[in-house]
Amino acid sequence: MQTLWFWLTSIMVAIYATLDGFDFGAGILHPFVAKTDSERRQILAAIGPYWDGNEVWLLAGGGAMFVAFPKVLAAGFSGLYLAIFLVIWTLILRGIAIEFRSHVALDLWRTFWDGIFFLASSLMPIFLGAALGNIVRGVPLDKHGQFNLPLFTQFAAHNPVGILDWYTVLVGLFVFVTIAAHGALFLSWKTDGEVRSRCRRLTLPLWSASIGLGVAATWATAQVNPDIYVNLPKAPLAWVGLVLFVVGIFVVFFAQPKERDLLAFIGSSVFIVGILAATAGAVFPVMLRSTLDSAWSLTAFNASASREGLTAGAKWWFLGIPLVVGYFFIVFRLHRGKAKAAADGEGY
Amino acid sequence: MTDALFWHRLQFGFTASYHYLFPQLTMGLALLIVVLKTIAARKRSELLNRAAGFWIRIFGLSFAVGVVTGIPMEFQFGTNWARFSEQTGEVIGQSLGMEGMFAFFLESSFLSILLWGEKRFGPRMHLFAAWALFVGSWASGYFIIVTNAFMQHPVGHSVDASGAIHLQSLLTYLCNPWALVQYAHNMIGAVVTGAFVMTAVGAYYLLRGQFLTEAKVFVTTGVIAGLLASLLVAFPTGDQQGKMIARHQPVSLAAMEGRWNSGRYAEVDFIGQPDVLRQKLDNPLQMPGVLSFIAYGSFSSNVRGLNEFPADQWPTSIELLYYSFHIMVGLGTIFIAIMLLAAFLLYKRRLFELRSYLWLLMLAFPFPFIANTAGWMTAELGRQPWLVYGLSRTEQGYSQLVHAGETVFTSLGFAGLYLVLGLLYVSLILREIEHGPSAALKSASPQRT
Repeated sequence: MQTLWFWLTSIMVAIYATLDGFDFGAGILHPFVAKTDSERRQILAAIGPYWDGNEVWLLAGGGAMFVAFPKVLAAGFSGLYLAIFLVIWTLILRGIAIEFRSHVALDLWRTFWDGIFFLASSLMPIFLGAALGNIVRGVPLDKHGQFNLPLFTQFAAHNPVGILDWYTVLVGLFVFVTIAAHGALFLSWKTDGEVRSRCRRLTLPLWSASIGLGVAATWATAQVNPDIYVNLPKAPLAWVGLVLFVVGIFVVFFAQPKERDLLAFIGSSVFIVGILAATAGAVFPVMLRSTLDSAWSLTAFNASASREGLTAGAKWWFLGIPLVVGYFFIVFRLHRGKAKAAADGEGY
Repeated sequence: MTDALFWHRLQFGFTASYHYLFPQLTMGLALLIVVLKTIAARKRSELLNRAAGFWIRIFGLSFAVGVVTGIPMEFQFGTNWARFSEQTGEVIGQSLGMEGMFAFFLESSFLSILLWGEKRFGPRMHLFAAWALFVGSWASGYFIIVTNAFMQHPVGHSVDASGAIHLQSLLTYLCNPWALVQYAHNMIGAVVTGAFVMTAVGAYYLLRGQFLTEAKVFVTTGVIAGLLASLLVAFPTGDQQGKMIARHQPVSLAAMEGRWNSGRYAEVDFIGQPDVLRQKLDNPLQMPGVLSFIAYGSFSSNVRGLNEFPADQWPTSIELLYYSFHIMVGLGTIFIAIMLLAAFLLYKRRLFELRSYLWLLMLAFPFPFIANTAGWMTAELGRQPWLVYGLSRTEQGYSQLVHAGETVFTSLGFAGLYLVLGLLYVSLILREIEHGPSAALKSASPQRT
């Protein structure tokens, strides 16, 4: 049951990264690929129907962790206290930017919110990447399963560590570039005209940068947490993740030049899911690694809810997930085709 | 500044109260929008559909702020109340997780269709989206109330030797009798807010002589819904809520009424000031026997006073609890009076011309927000000193490793951010009201050139 919940939680996080990733990516790219008000609104029209639903995966993933691994949620959120609040405030500003921007027909107002939208969309993947970096590197969990980290110390990836150090910032940058590349493929699929051709010009350079940073992050991971590569051969699901991740890259580089936009976007989604699945498989069953003593790490087995709690949660989870898939299918189906910029008062 | 617990409580109380200003409006409006749109579809009324369209725009802005101010609430369980989350996550995580799965996904999927999709997807899909938002937001309300009800009156759980709380029966947990009563009371409270706001905007247009046909729809709908909701929020739901507190939290009832000594024929007090130091109520205006009757159904019932309970089980802020409760009840009574008279004037066909009463209706809209906030303060302050009533004390629940200074910093951050957010929201709402109900069809609006 614990193993099942470990994977349910991981899957929800991976879906979140893929879905909210494309609208973060759109936010990162929009000042560069959309110059006029109408082009910016084309981008907002492309993500407008989805962004809120995408973000719910974060809350739902958090909810799953709350039910199944309350100790991990409690330790992680309180330990990364300041970083979590930066994430919260960034999400608040970003949501407001999307929803409020087009309500007022003043250039300065719109430029201001475009700037907030760009900044918040850029910071989010960096924060999430840094969070992933913290999970992989480990945090100073004590024997009570608690810790509290400052935002940064001297940026060395050994104790006393901070939330941001060279390793977690490197992972953050990797995620930032990958998400931008992912967003470029989404926008190529959902937009047309100038915006689409600008996105297409950016796609391969972004992907090349992402792969370069990915190689660097892989090397760096071996420096801060060599256990991962020791575990890897024994973790079959991590291999599935690795295969997905390699297949994803090939699909992107195959489909993008042939203008098979949807296929390329799916490839990039597979790539992101694969990389997270490989990480989850390699760290399993550890969910929060202690840098002080490996016996103090929080794992899917020592930090989980009781059997009754996990079983009850699994019941509603499997009842709910077909509904959620249904909603997403309806929304994507209704908004099929290229996104069109809305006129004032008629859309994002 | 070293008192971390104080700052954790203040921060959660502030962010929760601020957040709930928006959902109470959107949940109330969701019901009114669904009613207007369903009638419009049945009668093929362009007017009612246009009226609903205006409220959908107000709903959209309010919903957006509700969403973004709701995000911190989910995180704050883990960041600020880590020990509590660890101890109870297995139980309250169920309803918080279900809220995401069964409410948030439904709402978020159909929100943009409701806001922008009427032309593109047609009236039937649009009506469906309105229903989806109504069902989603009201379901969301239930999951939050279930979570709170567990904290007020825990059921469906077991406690192990280490003090950790486990889930025993999901069904018992979800059907907590406290939740059913509190949900009815709370949701009708939200309808009061929605109805007063709709009435106020209608009254404003009537006073200005603008959008008269739509304004009459707003006032009529608002007054009918407002009267029904004001009555129902007091009786039976408020009454049942009071009886629930009398049965399960008698010490809170004593504090809510500023009652130190036990006795039969207990008096209900309308006004008064609790003096905690001297343990008495100053300058009370009371009616004997009524509290006994309200709480236990008989004028001669004994209602226990605070002195009958150990002082470490008294609510931690008796004064605030007392005033919150009395503000809620007092305002609730005034709402019934305002709406009864408004309904009477409406029935006599005099309301639309009676400018003084329109002024009153226009200016009354902030008070349901105050009453709902005071109601929640009554519930939450009355629960103290417990996080989970009788099981887990508040001072044991916060994140001990988080420095008090960090919490001060993030509290100040919220104060600043929410001030800006509030100003932006109000200015956009005022713009929407200026544009009026026909703003969607810009060329058709003579007010704007």
